[in-house]
Amino acid sequence: MSSHLESLVDLSAVDLGRKLRSKEVSCQEVTTAFLDRINAHDAKIGSFLALNQEECMSATKEAQQLIDSGEGGALCGVPIAVKDNISTKGLETTCASKILKGYIPPFDATVIKAVRRSGMPILGKTNMDEFAMGASTETSAYKIAHNPWDLERSPGGSSGGSAASVAARLAPISLGSDTGGSIRQPASLCGTVGFKPTYGRCSRYGLVAFASSLDQIGPFGRSVEDVAELAQVVTGYDPMDCTSRELGPISTKDLKNGSLKGTKVGIIKETLGEGTDGSVKSVFESAVSLLSQAGAQIEEVSIPSLNYGVTTYYIIAPAEASSNLARFDGIRYGPRSEGSGHVHMVEKTRAEGFGKEVKTRIMIGTYALSAGYYDAFYVRAQTVRAKMTQELNQAFSGFDVLISPTSPIPSFKLGSLMDDPLALKVLDFCTIPANMAGIPGISLNCGFTSGLPVGMQILAPQCQDEKLLQMAYCFEQTLPTILAWPDLG
Amino acid sequence: MASYLASVGMEVHAELSTNSKMFCRCPVAFGGEPNTRVCPICLGLPGTLPKPNKAAVIAVLRTALALNCKIAMHSIFHRKNYFYPDLPKGYQVSQYEETNPIGYHGYLDVPMQDGTLHRVRIRRVHLEEDTGKLIHLPGGGSGVDYNRAGVPLMEVVTDFPPDITNPEQAKEYLATLRQILIYLGVCDGKMEEGSLRCEPNISVRKETDEKLGNKTELKNLNSFKSVSLGVAFEVRRQIATIEAGERVVQETRGWNEAKEASYSMRIKEAENDYRYFPDPDLVPMEFEEAFIEELRASLPELPHVKRERYQSSLGLSPYDAGVLTSEKELAAYFEETVAMGGDPKLVCNWMTGELAKLLNESGQSITETKIRPSHILDLLKLLSSGSINGKTAKSVFAESFQSGRLPSDLVAESGATQISDSGAIDAAVQKVLGAHPDIVAKYKSGQTNVIGFLVGQVMKETQGRANPPMVQQAVKSALET
Ligand SMILES: [Zn+2]
Repeated sequence: MSSHLESLVDLSAVDLGRKLRSKEVSCQEVTTAFLDRINAHDAKIGSFLALNQEECMSATKEAQQLIDSGEGGALCGVPIAVKDNISTKGLETTCASKILKGYIPPFDATVIKAVRRSGMPILGKTNMDEFAMGASTETSAYKIAHNPWDLERSPGGSSGGSAASVAARLAPISLGSDTGGSIRQPASLCGTVGFKPTYGRCSRYGLVAFASSLDQIGPFGRSVEDVAELAQVVTGYDPMDCTSRELGPISTKDLKNGSLKGTKVGIIKETLGEGTDGSVKSVFESAVSLLSQAGAQIEEVSIPSLNYGVTTYYIIAPAEASSNLARFDGIRYGPRSEGSGHVHMVEKTRAEGFGKEVKTRIMIGTYALSAGYYDAFYVRAQTVRAKMTQELNQAFSGFDVLISPTSPIPSFKLGSLMDDPLALKVLDFCTIPANMAGIPGISLNCGFTSGLPVGMQILAPQCQDEKLLQMAYCFEQTLPTILAWPDLG
Repeated sequence: MASYLASVGMEVHAELSTNSKMFCRCPVAFGGEPNTRVCPICLGLPGTLPKPNKAAVIAVLRTALALNCKIAMHSIFHRKNYFYPDLPKGYQVSQYEETNPIGYHGYLDVPMQDGTLHRVRIRRVHLEEDTGKLIHLPGGGSGVDYNRAGVPLMEVVTDFPPDITNPEQAKEYLATLRQILIYLGVCDGKMEEGSLRCEPNISVRKETDEKLGNKTELKNLNSFKSVSLGVAFEVRRQIATIEAGERVVQETRGWNEAKEASYSMRIKEAENDYRYFPDPDLVPMEFEEAFIEELRASLPELPHVKRERYQSSLGLSPYDAGVLTSEKELAAYFEETVAMGGDPKLVCNWMTGELAKLLNESGQSITETKIRPSHILDLLKLLSSGSINGKTAKSVFAESFQSGRLPSDLVAESGATQISDSGAIDAAVQKVLGAHPDIVAKYKSGQTNVIGFLVGQVMKETQGRANPPMVQQAVKSALET
């Protein structure tokens, strides 16, 4: 491998796109560089569940044609990694669950159609927590993913594979999904940028549902600009998803036209409480002082209902999941366990196909929706959700954006939290509110503690995705930059 | 034996005759090879999302308005969760709660055989999706056909406590409802194909009791006959059970058409907890007042209104009005003929008489027959101008029914026009009188009733083409001169 090709993996997605359009490199060279790196190093990271080498290489030809005809966009020819809960036609989509082993979707998710149209070859499907239920990628039924910054630690989750692949430069850019923080939290733990758009700006058609009212697809990248460009590709109204918003794609036109001067930034007080690690707090606080020096007007703001976020989330998300996952019965697709009669067959298929975490959440959700408990759990949770949304909207009346640490702790040792489900669940404390209120949120690196990345989360009001990205871009210019991504040897 | 009262609640499911399914664009049709009208959405493949069919929503709104319901201006879809192989998603998209269904708190006035109207209150008219069908495979085992999965299904449920108290009311309620659905064009009403399904729940109680008895729900009723037989059977069975000192078990029972008896299906309804909750993949339906009023104004004239109008403005008998409005197509045919200038009573007589007879014999429907309103008008003109007599009219009509040719063309061709020429009639009269001197003598001796025989002979002589009143007159004057 020439050093010329090796250095390609260091480039941002946008820079790769530029080099492709100026014909300094070919689509085939770029994709080959990443596939080679995956083949050489992913055994250590575990970020991919399936590689798409052949189809990916043939996609480079179409991408090259687009570029040669002058029709290639910013990311044309830039290969992408895709979370394994996003349906890819002809490519196994398992949600890291045994119950979908061997399932090959006959259709593309709307975001995948957009990705293919833009000439982005798909490298493969990334590892995740089973059905996106988890915050460490350890509930994957296939393999554990490792944090490129410290292989003994977790990349976070549930989109751990998508985050780790970008941080490890196995992919320039990737797609994940975020139900309670599943993009932003692993982005934070891996030092990448991770963006969850406003609920409804990105079609969910083809995203295997976990909790329909909270799920949202979004991009990972090593820069805000990369993430913004990918957001532009995958967002926009989709008639196939009736919860999708009748708005155009997220525009990158004014991405670089923002300024921190006079920007009102609110620090969410509740996210800096006892549950947040001291090391995270101190990295976050020094980042805040940099923003302040750059002219941002920073104040604390309290959103009391945030304290009920995790509890509320663990009623609504499992309730929806218990229903969404009912279709996995072994009758139409996926492996089927033999049983006497259909009831026994379905019971056995589900007992053997789902992992422990998924079963736990299905049971919680089933309970929360049961006659006699519905009002006390589900209805009350929806009331709290409405209250939280209202308090967040209220806070936005005084601030342009709200900020917080993305995760209360930096990356943790693999296995260290698996026996402590509660500790794992409070990791979503800072990220859950954005899903509850359907607002956009982004995580970007704001520094390191003991060699581990610490992320800052920025939140904006509903549908102000462009404004959020513009602010994130300003933050990125102000905060320390990651100069050296982890070397995998 | 004590006196008993029966209470019958009716749950009717109507498959809507939309072009496509409720949440995908697969076509809606009956029969066909299994799993040929399916797609990722109606198979419930992972990641697929529902896309509501507006035509189905409008069909339910129109039905709700026709059934005098209140409209939920904000209506949502719920998920009804249960496992069954014919249910692709493990839940059925349906509607739940008292005032959420698209239509609620309405009523239907059911005309009874004795001419009275019986009001049945409607609790809800809601929209859901149909399930697939289990098929027993010839080689053993079961398969599932998902062609029907996701077909828009409307549920019409009567209110509680039930207003229906006997099998006849149950049958007439269903017939009246079916007629309205067909008039609205929202359902083809074919019970034998399962596009209209009825599940009555039946309970009996002693006349002296306030509280309703335990109810049973009847399934697999696929004709009007089985609905009335089934309800009657259950009423008898439950009374006998109570009389024998036993308790009626609250359960779902199937109907055995051949044995004309119900049987226990061993399904314990009470154990099901469907865990209804709002479907997060669908957004609430919001209706504007103006839109609803527009729909209300555009409803077709419903059967009972038509029936009333046929009697009051067109002078038809209640029976004839009932026959003509029994089918939407029949009424349309009648109205078209009248609009073209046909006398309502005469048109009605031909439609309910000769035409009905010929249709019945040939097995054709009113939309299939070659006899169009213009044929009827043509025939009525020939009759009113005296060109043909009633007897000829019938045979010409029958010929017209076969060939589809206009009666006037047939008459002109065969020379079958009526003889109204007095010279020709007089000649025939003279011939007949000459041939029957004995009869003439009888007449002259005072037996005037023999004139009928002579008139008949003249008609025979003219191959039935002579104008009967003229013949009558001519015979009479010939005998008396
Ligand atoms: Zn379909």
